Amino acid sequence: MISHTDIAYLARLSRLAMSDADLAVFMPQLQQILAYIEQLRALDTTGIEPTAHVLPLRNVTRADDVGASLPQAAALQSAPQVGDGFFCVPAVIE
Amino acid sequence: METVADFLAALRRGTLSARAAVDLALQRIAAADPALQAFLAVRADEARAQAARIDEQRAQGQDVGPLAGLPFGVKDVICERDHECTCCSKILKGYRPPYNATVIERLRAAGAIPIGRLNMDEFAMGSSTEHSAFQQTRNPWDTTCIPGGSSGGSAAAVAARMVPMTLGSDTGGSIRQPAALCGVTGLKPTYGRVSRYGLVAYASSLDQIGPLALSAEDVALVLPHLAGHDPQDTTSAALPVPDYCAGLSGDIRGLRVGVPKEYFVAGLDPEVRHAVQAAIARLSALGARVEEVSLPHTEYAIATYYVVATAEASSNLARYDGIHYGARAADTRNLLEVYTHTRRQFFGDEVIRRIMLGTYVLSAGYYDAYYLKALQVRTLIKRDFDAAFENVDVLVTPTSPTPAFKLGARTADPLQMYLADIFTVSVNLAGIPGLSIPCGFSEKGLPIGLQLLAKPFDEATLLKVGHAYQCATDYHTRRPANCTDLFDEETKE
Repeated sequence: MISHTDIAYLARLSRLAMSDADLAVFMPQLQQILAYIEQLRALDTTGIEPTAHVLPLRNVTRADDVGASLPQAAALQSAPQVGDGFFCVPAVIE
Repeated sequence: METVADFLAALRRGTLSARAAVDLALQRIAAADPALQAFLAVRADEARAQAARIDEQRAQGQDVGPLAGLPFGVKDVICERDHECTCCSKILKGYRPPYNATVIERLRAAGAIPIGRLNMDEFAMGSSTEHSAFQQTRNPWDTTCIPGGSSGGSAAAVAARMVPMTLGSDTGGSIRQPAALCGVTGLKPTYGRVSRYGLVAYASSLDQIGPLALSAEDVALVLPHLAGHDPQDTTSAALPVPDYCAGLSGDIRGLRVGVPKEYFVAGLDPEVRHAVQAAIARLSALGARVEEVSLPHTEYAIATYYVVATAEASSNLARYDGIHYGARAADTRNLLEVYTHTRRQFFGDEVIRRIMLGTYVLSAGYYDAYYLKALQVRTLIKRDFDAAFENVDVLVTPTSPTPAFKLGARTADPLQMYLADIFTVSVNLAGIPGLSIPCGFSEKGLPIGLQLLAKPFDEATLLKVGHAYQCATDYHTRRPANCTDLFDEETKE
C-alpha cells in the first residue's frame, strides 16, 4: 500500500510542490484507486505479449527533405517570459 | 433547420446563405448558452467574415466546398491558429497555438465555419465536465444534471441545437458518454482514422478526434472531411476514406449483431437496461440476426485503462513547465520551483491525481506489476473483440451504465467517477470505432444512449446500423424542453 514517503517521492518525480496537507488529501484517493487496480494481479498473463498501441506500424519515416519550420516569433508567442528571442527562466547556476 | 443535412441542403439550394447560417447559430447560442455554459468563447465577427467570403465566392460561381457555410463548435483541446486553447486548464491560460489542427484545416478547406470553443474536463480527464477550471456546463435535458464528459460542452451545444455539429475527443468514452447523456449522436473513430495533429495529447495510444451531431447521417456527412492519412501524424492510417453516405440504405437485413453478456451486469440502471434491450429488439425487427457473445475480460477494462491512460498522461503532461507556454507561478526562487509551483498551482486536482498515478505505475519497482501487466491485459481485451468480430458485424451495448447524474454527485469520489466509463474504455484500449445513438429516455426524461461497435476502420457499418435505427425511431429528433420554445419563436418569424 502506498505510504506517505512514497507519495512525497511521487510528488517530487512529478514536479509538483505538494504540502503535507495536499498529500493527506491525495493519499487515500490514490490508495483507493490502486486497490481497485490490484484486481489485474488476479489474471494470469504469463506469455501474453504487451500491447502499447494497436496499429501494425513500426518506424514510420518520411523523406529527409528540408521543409519550413515554425518562425521563432510564433514559437515564443505564448511563453510567459521571453527576451531577445529566447525563453527566459530564473538563473540555473547559483 | 437544425441538422447538418438540413443546413447543407438549404445552403446548396441557396435558400440559406452562409451568413444567415452563422447568424442562426449565433442567435441560438445567445438564447440557450447563458443557462447551459457550453461555449467558452464565441467568435461572431470572424465567423461572419468567413461566411461573407463564402457567400461572395459562391455568387461568383466558385467551388466553395462540400460543407460550405456549415457552422461548428470546437472542443477546447483542438488547436486553432492564434485562438486561445486552454484544455480548460489554468496552466494553459493565454496559450495561442501557432498552427491549426489538421481537422480544422480540413473542415475549413471544405467550407465549414468554426464558431467557438467548447467546455470540457481539464485535459479531457473526467466524465462530467465538472473538472473544467473555468465553468460548469449543464445538461440541456435537466440543468441540475451533468452533461457527461469530457466533451460535455460539445454534446450540450448539439443537444440544445446551438450548432449542428461539434468536434470532441475520446480517450476513454469522452465523445460517446456525453453524447449518450445529452441525447445526441457521437462517433469515436478507429484509432488512426482521424489525424491527431493539433489535438493536445492526453493518452496518445488512445486519443481520437470525432464528431457529435444529431444523427448518424449527419456524422456520415462530416466524417469524410475529418478522416484520412496525414503526414503530420505518423499514427494516422494510409487507408482510403469511403463514402459513408453510400451505405445509408436503412436496410440491415441479415446483419449479424452481437450482444456481449458482460455488459448487462449488476450496476446497470434498470431503465438503461430496458431501453437497450428494446433497441436490440428493434434491430432484430429490422431484420438483423441477434446473438449473445462474450467479451470475457470486460471486468478488467477500467483498471487497465486507468493504468495505461495515466501512464501516458504523466509523460504527456510533463511539457507543462511554466516556460514554453501558458501560465507561470509568481515568486519562484529557482528553476525547480518554476516547475513545481507552476504545476501545483495551475493543474486541477483530477489532473494531479492522474499524473501521480501514472508516475507511480511507471516508477522503478512498479513498472512490471502495473504498467506491463496492464499492457498484457490490453492484449487480452483486444483479442476478445477480434474473436467476437469473427462471428458478428457489430456489437451493441449500453453507452453509459446510468443516465446523467446530478451535478456534484460524484466529485468527492474519484473512483466512482471512473466507473462511469465502464462500457466505453475497452473500445479505446482495442482501438476500434464506437458510435453512441439515442435509444430512449428515463422516467425523469433523461436521454439513454446505445453504443454500437465494429471492426477497425468499419465506421461505415456503424453508421449504416445507426441510420437504419434512426429511420425506425424518433429519439434522436426529440428536443430538450427549453429548446422547443426557441424553435417555435423562429418558426413564427
